[in-house]
Amino acid sequence: MNRDAGQTAAAADATSSIVTPLPRRTAANVQDAAHGIARNPGMQLDLGFLESMRNVNRSALERRVDSLTKRRSIKNDDQAAWLLRAISVMDLTTLNSNDTDERVRRLCAKAVNPLRADLVSALGIENARIRPAAVCVYHPFVATAVDALKGTNIHVAAVSTAFPHGLTPLKTRLQEVEASVSDGADEIDVVIPRGLVYGAKWQELYDEIRQMRAACGEAHIKVILGTGDLATLRNVTLASMVAMMAGADFIKTSTGKESVNATLPVGLAMVRAIRAYFEQTGYLIGFKPAGGISTAKSSLDWLVLMKEELGRAWLEPELFRFGASSLLTDIERQLEHHVTGHYSANHRHAMA
Amino acid sequence: MNILERYNAMEYGPAPEARNEADAWIAGKDLSKAIFVGGSWKSAHGGKTFEVLDPATGKLLAEVSEADEADVDAAVAAARKALPKWSAASGYERAKVLYAIGRAMQRHQRLFAVLESLDNGKPIRESRDIDVPLAIRHFLHHAGWAQSLDREFPGHKGVGVVGQIIPWNFPLLMLAWKIAPALAAGCTVVLKPAEFTPLTAILFAEICERAGVPKGVVNIVPGGPAAGAAIVNHDGIDKIAFTGSSEVGRIIRKATAGSGKKLSLELGGKSAFMVFEDADLDSAVEGLVDGIWFNQGQVCCAGSRLLVQEGIADAFFAKVKTRMGRLRVGSPLDKNTDIGPLVDKTQLDRVAGLVSEGAHQGASCWQPDFALPSSGYFYRPTLATGVAPSNILAQEEVFGPVLAAMTFRNTEEAVELANNTRYGLAASVWSENVNLALHVAPQLKAGVVWINGANMFDAACGFGGYRESGFGREGGHEGMLEYLTSKLPLGATIKPYAASVSTDTTEHVGIDRTPKLYIGGKQVRPDSGYSMPVTGAKGKFAGEVGLGNRKDIRNAVAAARACKAWPGATAYNRAQVLYFLAENLSSRGDEFVARLSSLTGASAKAARAEVDLSIERLFECAGLADKFEGRVHQPPMRAVALALHEPVGVVGAVMQDEQPLLGFVSMVAPALAMGNTVVAVPSQRYPLIATDLYQVVEYSDLPAGALNIVTGRSAELAGVLAKHDDVDGLWLVADAETCKKAEAESIGNLKRVWTSNGRAIDWTSRDAGGDTFLRRAIEIKNVWVPYGD
Repeated sequence: MNRDAGQTAAAADATSSIVTPLPRRTAANVQDAAHGIARNPGMQLDLGFLESMRNVNRSALERRVDSLTKRRSIKNDDQAAWLLRAISVMDLTTLNSNDTDERVRRLCAKAVNPLRADLVSALGIENARIRPAAVCVYHPFVATAVDALKGTNIHVAAVSTAFPHGLTPLKTRLQEVEASVSDGADEIDVVIPRGLVYGAKWQELYDEIRQMRAACGEAHIKVILGTGDLATLRNVTLASMVAMMAGADFIKTSTGKESVNATLPVGLAMVRAIRAYFEQTGYLIGFKPAGGISTAKSSLDWLVLMKEELGRAWLEPELFRFGASSLLTDIERQLEHHVTGHYSANHRHAMA
Repeated sequence: MNILERYNAMEYGPAPEARNEADAWIAGKDLSKAIFVGGSWKSAHGGKTFEVLDPATGKLLAEVSEADEADVDAAVAAARKALPKWSAASGYERAKVLYAIGRAMQRHQRLFAVLESLDNGKPIRESRDIDVPLAIRHFLHHAGWAQSLDREFPGHKGVGVVGQIIPWNFPLLMLAWKIAPALAAGCTVVLKPAEFTPLTAILFAEICERAGVPKGVVNIVPGGPAAGAAIVNHDGIDKIAFTGSSEVGRIIRKATAGSGKKLSLELGGKSAFMVFEDADLDSAVEGLVDGIWFNQGQVCCAGSRLLVQEGIADAFFAKVKTRMGRLRVGSPLDKNTDIGPLVDKTQLDRVAGLVSEGAHQGASCWQPDFALPSSGYFYRPTLATGVAPSNILAQEEVFGPVLAAMTFRNTEEAVELANNTRYGLAASVWSENVNLALHVAPQLKAGVVWINGANMFDAACGFGGYRESGFGREGGHEGMLEYLTSKLPLGATIKPYAASVSTDTTEHVGIDRTPKLYIGGKQVRPDSGYSMPVTGAKGKFAGEVGLGNRKDIRNAVAAARACKAWPGATAYNRAQVLYFLAENLSSRGDEFVARLSSLTGASAKAARAEVDLSIERLFECAGLADKFEGRVHQPPMRAVALALHEPVGVVGAVMQDEQPLLGFVSMVAPALAMGNTVVAVPSQRYPLIATDLYQVVEYSDLPAGALNIVTGRSAELAGVLAKHDDVDGLWLVADAETCKKAEAESIGNLKRVWTSNGRAIDWTSRDAGGDTFLRRAIEIKNVWVPYGD
């Protein structure tokens, strides 16, 4: 794997220390552009490199995640801290056909005040402003969200490119990206047409994502693979690699609309692809599992996966996000339990 | 740290498993009366106790009664007393007891897990998720074998009272591997847990009390080497099952020689972990974590020799080091611990000593630089690269978290390196190419091969070694056979050979013949240059045969080892050759009838019957060559385990005088049918039968070296075979002294020895045919193939 392809000095340094040091921050959204991570410029589509990623053993990956979640246990104050971390890397999401501006405003309000004040003070985090990293909506609600979140540093993410299927003309999809960016979205979650993966049309997939990236401009691009549709972990890995080569800032598992959502084996395949891309190029790519992550316990499993496979750096919102809607409430209940010792109920926490 | 600091740090923090229940159990039990015999708790006859330490702290956990010879006597007596009723109980009755044990263990599984981690130092994650569930699975699985014994093993019965000695690395799991099949087979048990780790065995005895195990069926005798020796040497024990070091295995083999005790040994290993260039490298790294850093590397089948294809070696080693840096060494009761302490100070010193010697011999030893706990017997995971095959780290079983790595250029070299060891317990093969993986697996000298996995175990799959890793299997159908016997048609007691010197030299008819030895497909003169006379019926001189010596045996073994065509032939091909042999023997039947009559004095009718039966037996073995096949096990995961029947290798066979032709055929044919190559020492008294036979062999298409015949003094040649370290199996029908000596002298390479223990065999019996010897002619290799895409 010692490829000559323009490894920068920074990349070599990063490889030796494995984890690029990141500025320590108390919340996801306090700082903006100057986050210390070089944006992935992408690389030429390298089919040889892609081919070297083909060896993915599903059975072994399943065993790894199965034991991983049993090898690590997070208790007491650490658990509370990790759950707060889960909030800080959350893309609080509403992606329903019946969404309205009002519903989106409510969601934004929740993002600004994710925790009950008494919990915030009991946890001693009054000054930390721990909030979701972004609010994620359909295009028509981008402007509403931008308005509602003005001054909070919470990002606005728009799902785009004919979400969730990606099957409209490319031109239309690119226009959609541009429209969301011009409405103020600074993160764009695009979907890939899954058929390109089945057809191994890597060049076409690469070209499409490249154009989407270009359309995003300064906005960050998260490439949704729709892993539930891709059938094999090998396909997941190959699609992940093409997306990163094409300049993805994040790769993301699912739209939430596939019959199978984000699973840990899929996540493992993707984070290993991220590691391989990092080892090859020195660039750190973010990861966003989305769909079906609704319990505090499962959010811890994902955080453990990131820490174990990629390291501490990938526990920051620059490099890790949850796409979730109901997860926050479960975390609130767990945090209340941590504070009071009582098991909590959903209705004791403000809804989004 | 406050929560905000923890939020920034994102460390795991301590996650201790509560130990109060286990402490309460220890405190609440009088462990000075922990000898469980005949259903009651006793202190040691001599009143002694031994200390059990917590390896994570070195502190005293308990003082446990130390069984001595008298206690073992009492335990064996209790087991003997319980045997008739237990072995006569219906399979259903025994199944109910096994089921009850399994369920009762399940109800107390956390106590078992915590106690095990306290006592042994293994991480709670492992005892909780691996050891204890597998132990439970063994009892539930074997409940089924108990009930289906008659159907699955017709003609077999339980071997009797078994003595079982288990190691400290998997105290409860090894207990389950030993006791479950024994009880299923209707045996009663005297089990000695390891001195370092007796606690879960004692808890298990409590479970037996409550689960309705009849008194005396399970007896537990905590103790040290004295108790172990008393078990091994006890006349009241019918079988010894031992798991532990090869060193002690040899002592047991020697001590039980000639005793007629059935024996299974599960010993050390130096298992290869092979990573090919088309492997899923990240998954292979995790495989190593399961392979060598599982249980601190104190695993007999640990993948301790890493073999990596050259082109990916640097990238792979880098991945391994990164992963090693993320291993967490710490308290075994912390749920986040990957690696706990070694079991004892002696073990720690041994591991450290081997690593420093390995470094001295030129290996580069790398360890992550994280801190170790300040007390306890902790050792850092270690990667040794640039390890020459001669390095002590490649040769010796370290039994610690130490991985010795080397590289290979191609598949052939990988297999060669993997097999370049005296051991043969397990191997891992990592490749995404099913063709490559299934090409390599059968070439490995190992009882268990994991394809794209490591350290997978299940009650339904056999586990056990080739070569000096011991013999016998544990688990599954093949494991049950270790606790069963089938009747052998024994004949008269064989007396040591006394040559009768012929005085009558008159009978010379026709042209003089010089029978030779038959080695490597050629007739050769004996190395000694001497011959010995053969006396026929009524003391008449019948001819002379070569007096084979140790060098002839050496040459015959070399020829047998060099013969690749026969073990490599398809079973169908072997069948046809054996059929052809039968055909050719038949066409010369009259000649053999005459020879038998003139040598043995048998009537023409009896001689004809022996020739006919010999042909029939050849036919039988030819027919079974492609039918005595392995099984496919289905462990409770998405995997199959292929239990392949492989030839033992080079098999020596020493024959009796009675029924010289039938005896020869009955021993040689099953060995050949399964693909072994054979060095036969025919009847010393009637060797001319065998030397006649090689002429038949010569035009039967048997490849050179598949069958070698060395005539001479049987007892002497048997001794040479027993001591020959390139002979894999040895079968003797001989006098008691020769049998005993052969068993005792087999310890050099721990070859598989079967003897008639001083008795002749009635080869005319059906029980001497069939699969009786086919079973002895094979090793069972379990190839685990997890799958999924």
